[in-house]
Amino acid sequence: MSSRDAILQAVRQNRPDPVPRPPTPLFASPDEGLTTAFVEAQKRAGGTVVSTTADAIATLLDARFPDARVIASTAGDIVAGSMDLHAVADPHELADLDLLVCRGVVGVAENGAIWIPKAHLGHRAALFIAQHLAIVLDANALVWNLHDAYARIDVAEDSFGVFVAGPSKTADIEQSLVIGAHGPRSLTVFLLTE
Amino acid sequence: MRVALFVPCYIDQLYPAVARATLEVLERQGCTVSVPLGQTCCGQPMANAGFEAGSVGTMQRFVDLFADFNYIVAPSGSCVAHVREHYKRLPQNDAVQHVRARTMELCEFLTDVLGVEQLDARFPHRVGLHESCHGLRGLRLASSSELQVPRFSKVQRLLELVDGLELVPLDRADECCGFGGTFAVTEEALSVKMGRDRLRDHVAHGAEIITATDMSCLMHLGGLARRQQMPVQIRHVAEILRGEDG
Amino acid sequence: MSTPLPEIPLPVIDHAAAAARFVADEARTNWHDASLWQVRQKRDRAAQAVPEWEALRDLASKIKAHTLSRLDEYLAQFEEQATANGIQVHWAKDAAEHNQIVHAILARHGVQRLVKSKSMLTEECGLNPYLEAQGIEVVDTDLGERIVQLAGEGPSHIVMPAIHVKKEEIGALFHEKIGTPAGEADPGRLTEAARQHLRAHFLSADAALTGVNFAIAETGGFVVCTNEGNADLGVHLTPVHIASMGIEKIIPAAEHLGVFLRLLARSATGQDLTVYTSHFHRPRQGQELHVVLVDNGRSAHLGRADFRDALKCIRCGACINTCPIYRRSGGHSYGSTVPGPIGSILTPGIDLKKYQHLPFASTLCGSCGDVCPVKIDIPGQLYRWRQLVTEEGHAGRSKRRVMAVAGQIFRNPRLFRWAGKLGRRLLRWLPQRAVYHQRNVWGRARDLPEPPRQSFLEWYAAHRSDNANKKGHDQ
Ligand code: SF4
Repeated sequence: MSSRDAILQAVRQNRPDPVPRPPTPLFASPDEGLTTAFVEAQKRAGGTVVSTTADAIATLLDARFPDARVIASTAGDIVAGSMDLHAVADPHELADLDLLVCRGVVGVAENGAIWIPKAHLGHRAALFIAQHLAIVLDANALVWNLHDAYARIDVAEDSFGVFVAGPSKTADIEQSLVIGAHGPRSLTVFLLTE
Repeated sequence: MRVALFVPCYIDQLYPAVARATLEVLERQGCTVSVPLGQTCCGQPMANAGFEAGSVGTMQRFVDLFADFNYIVAPSGSCVAHVREHYKRLPQNDAVQHVRARTMELCEFLTDVLGVEQLDARFPHRVGLHESCHGLRGLRLASSSELQVPRFSKVQRLLELVDGLELVPLDRADECCGFGGTFAVTEEALSVKMGRDRLRDHVAHGAEIITATDMSCLMHLGGLARRQQMPVQIRHVAEILRGEDG
Repeated sequence: MSTPLPEIPLPVIDHAAAAARFVADEARTNWHDASLWQVRQKRDRAAQAVPEWEALRDLASKIKAHTLSRLDEYLAQFEEQATANGIQVHWAKDAAEHNQIVHAILARHGVQRLVKSKSMLTEECGLNPYLEAQGIEVVDTDLGERIVQLAGEGPSHIVMPAIHVKKEEIGALFHEKIGTPAGEADPGRLTEAARQHLRAHFLSADAALTGVNFAIAETGGFVVCTNEGNADLGVHLTPVHIASMGIEKIIPAAEHLGVFLRLLARSATGQDLTVYTSHFHRPRQGQELHVVLVDNGRSAHLGRADFRDALKCIRCGACINTCPIYRRSGGHSYGSTVPGPIGSILTPGIDLKKYQHLPFASTLCGSCGDVCPVKIDIPGQLYRWRQLVTEEGHAGRSKRRVMAVAGQIFRNPRLFRWAGKLGRRLLRWLPQRAVYHQRNVWGRARDLPEPPRQSFLEWYAAHRSDNANKKGHDQ
């Protein structure tokens, strides 16, 4: 018998009597305070939220990252970027990426997470290899909790998708929090309020 | 209401004053209390050591002895939790089910059955409450710090009814003292370390007396404190609810 | 004809001895305890912020119970969907088959350098030494795992692998292995050095291996959670991604992710969510994506009605952080891949004899059960494993004898009173030297109570017994 069949047979033999599948509620969301909660959650996670308008972002980025030379942007209508992600064949070429700017789809107020599918990344690696990350998010794309977020996205639509909640970090040395583990050293969220 | 007093074996042998205090507290609340003299042990020490099978005779004896009472009250959360949870091992006839449901820890009985709102007791000391684990999480005598439920403690509420008593806050509200039955001996080093850590918390907050629902925890803590000559005494909660000059 | 070889007994894990060695360094024990208690407190604050916390735990537990009751169907569904997504699905009965499958994939691609993100399953399977023996370089990329790998140790915690190591020791290790300045012990600078060191490995790796936090039957995808971004950096750069998962990681549908993810990070570290929650459904263009489904004792465990709930575990580590024993004895004292309370209910299922002491490395305080986000009755399982240890004949002879005597005494009230009286008298009469003999383990660090002259029942019989119910007297 193949291992597959042996495992499945053993599981079938040993599984308990059927237990019904419980419904998953969305749980109550507060009517207001979404933005405040989101900003607070990002702060807890080490990110920074800037409420702004689309046309102000390029200037804000210049001020925040004056030394960034290699900038990739998948939000071309907002920030031009210095390189074309589509022209990159091998993600290893992104090793010196200073900044990635991309759009988020849904933001989650309870934990600051932002959903980004592969389509918004150009290369999957870009989001992790960049030294810094900036995400543009519509304020009306905020939801309260993860249940709500999963109700709005289709996780299988794209080949890859990720919830990002803050800059990369670690506390593996004596529980001291250090921002900038392997991925981006900072996360800036531009929250479009109009 | 026929109430029986069950006295855990080690309290009977080593701490008779605790049993007498329990009897007195119950009688002062107007209970007529019987003490079946043939009682021995609930079987917990053996069962927790992995010998539940060998303790079935002890369990059955407990049931036979107490099945006729409306309530069986014991000054020990640990023994009561054992009766309630692990007497599932016995065939679940009416007697066993009755005894499992009606065996109660003292503070639980005073709170849930008698609805005690007043105690005629005075105990003018700074007291640290050790929430013994089996009472805490086995009987839910208080909300454990892990659960996100409204905070309550039946033991603390009763202690607050005692005149002159001042409860001290603790850094760790419900950390285990490290007694753990045979654990105290098989894992001696850890048991001692855990006990000393608890003592330090109580002493650092100025407790003169440490109290608990379980004398086993207190025997361990008190033995450690005495050996190290720490300025803290142990007192079972029944001795405090009875009042100092009872 | 060959003479039978003498039986070589496998070592039995002696938790008490290891714990005693750990506790002997009191300052370090206090430091270890405080680090973990701090994580427990963060978890408390995070849980408090979620009004429906207890409802979520309940729901998570029920979803897992449901899933386990149809595990075969969900596994088959996952395989079908994942295959349709272009993922190559493999099945491994045990650790050896898992390692062979992984090696075969790597060999086919001529892989020499593998980067690996955290996976307790590969620890369980002993993958690293297996691959290294085949000449493949394996680099663990989670910072904590890299630290213990460089130190030549195993992780001491399932979420914080290097929680037992001090920053000065990490500094010395990094100085020796990756050339940081001597005496450097600043966590920020050490982390930066590790970032540079590991980035080179990410960029030069030929394949990446990750664990799996959740696999979704309905969509045929899986989710990997990290804070550092190391899993993603590995897999998005290499042409081969292998994801190894235990068969219990399946959940029915994407809607269940919301439930488990809201609990996982909060329970684990007190964060609201891990920084990266990555959802993989199809391979990157030009990449191969493999999932290895591993049984290794799990289907057998499913058949143990008293213990199967342990398969609900989402490996958050909260029971470990809260455990007063673990905090004061360290992860290595358990001698198993998964330490702490969850380890003590899982490992006896793998080898009851070897791990017979682990169910006793507990006071049954119950904190683990109350903290567990999927509501596994860990203390109840510890209690039941204890009974099995005895039933299978692993309890020592002296313990068995003591318990047999106790069983006799407690069944017979007259004997009980006689033994009690004798004991109290002995305590009073014996010289201190005898009572506090080294072999009297209770008395080495603790005073015994003053033995009273009269037991309570003796007092009661003398003074009050006319009121008493005589039932059971002197039976
Ligand atoms: S048993 Fe529960 S608390 Fe422990 S690691 Fe598993 S899920 Fe977390």
